[in-house]
Amino acid sequence: MSDLGRDPRLEDGWVERELALEFPELALVSLAVPARHGRTPPGLRERLRLLSSRFHGARAIQLRREPVPAAYRVFFRQAGVDPDRLRTPVEEAVVSRLVRGRFGGEGGIVEDALLLGLVETGVPVWALDDGRGDGPLGLRPALEGERLGDGEPAADLEPGRLVVADARGPVAVLFGAIAPGCEPGRGSERLRLCAVQVAGVPAIHVEEALWLCAEALEEASPGG
Amino acid sequence: MVGLDVRAQDLEAGEAGEAEARRRAARRELRRQIALLEGQLSDVLVALFPHGRLDGPGVGPIHAIGPRVLDLGELERVRDRLAGRVGQARAELTALGERQARARVQLERMLLAPGKHRFARVANADLGEGGCGVWQVRPRLGLIGMLAGWWEVKLSSGCPLST
Repeated sequence: MSDLGRDPRLEDGWVERELALEFPELALVSLAVPARHGRTPPGLRERLRLLSSRFHGARAIQLRREPVPAAYRVFFRQAGVDPDRLRTPVEEAVVSRLVRGRFGGEGGIVEDALLLGLVETGVPVWALDDGRGDGPLGLRPALEGERLGDGEPAADLEPGRLVVADARGPVAVLFGAIAPGCEPGRGSERLRLCAVQVAGVPAIHVEEALWLCAEALEEASPGG
Repeated sequence: MVGLDVRAQDLEAGEAGEAEARRRAARRELRRQIALLEGQLSDVLVALFPHGRLDGPGVGPIHAIGPRVLDLGELERVRDRLAGRVGQARAELTALGERQARARVQLERMLLAPGKHRFARVANADLGEGGCGVWQVRPRLGLIGMLAGWWEVKLSSGCPLST
């Protein structure tokens, strides 16, 4: 990834050596932002409404041929997942738009901000509670006996499954569930927005996805 | 002897490293082929739509558990299934093209000689066009036209009202 003109607030995560050798262009980029809670403000709702009007059936059909969504489909295939059975995040969002007639409105402000970044750029973005992490985030395969989260609600992880992890262990499954306790909640003071770059996705799209989410959250702040 | 042992170990390590490099190169090549096939499959399925489903029968996941690094055999299985799916989708597209070509020829014959194709019908959908229109050879002025041999091709338009 080029550092040319890049904002220093964006952090590159680590990628385990073997994984990096297999997928040289795989990268995890993250950005810490102040947490926001509650309902989606009217400004963000309006942006999602305008975005909904840009996505019709014809666009949804052609989506898989657009470079960024196509790159995630290819990565899914190369990682053993059939994207026609388990849709890529952007395809899932667009199918949901066609079924429900609009984007967003199901969750709160964080979910809608992430959705805005996803639909505008095609790059999936996740939010984690930044206060629960231990060291920098990275990508690696799950190890034997590892679990997603701690205690009772933790789920078993199949060894080899790709996860986002910190020094303590997996915090999320790649393109999947977030570990219990690592999701943003009422008590979160800062959020860590994370995006995964795969081969064929320009770095600028990943950065734009993160900034779109961050700006949507910032605009929603009391002083924003 | 110690020197010979060390050299033998170096040789083994070198061979193992070389074999791993070859396997890695093979996996890289398979991933390149998978990317190519995925692009081809998307193109064909979009061209087939709405006559075929976009999500189709799928090629099936290699692992139900989600993304992971696949070994050489698994990548080959993904590539082969994908190639099979591309072949199947292309065959469907070819068959669809042939059906539409036959329907267009039929319509042209109806337009040239309506009297020889009495009551023949060709739907717009059979021609690969949108809408619910149907081209049909009908007698002009009803029974009079039928008795006098006055035949014409009419396009009925509009979709039936949903009940």
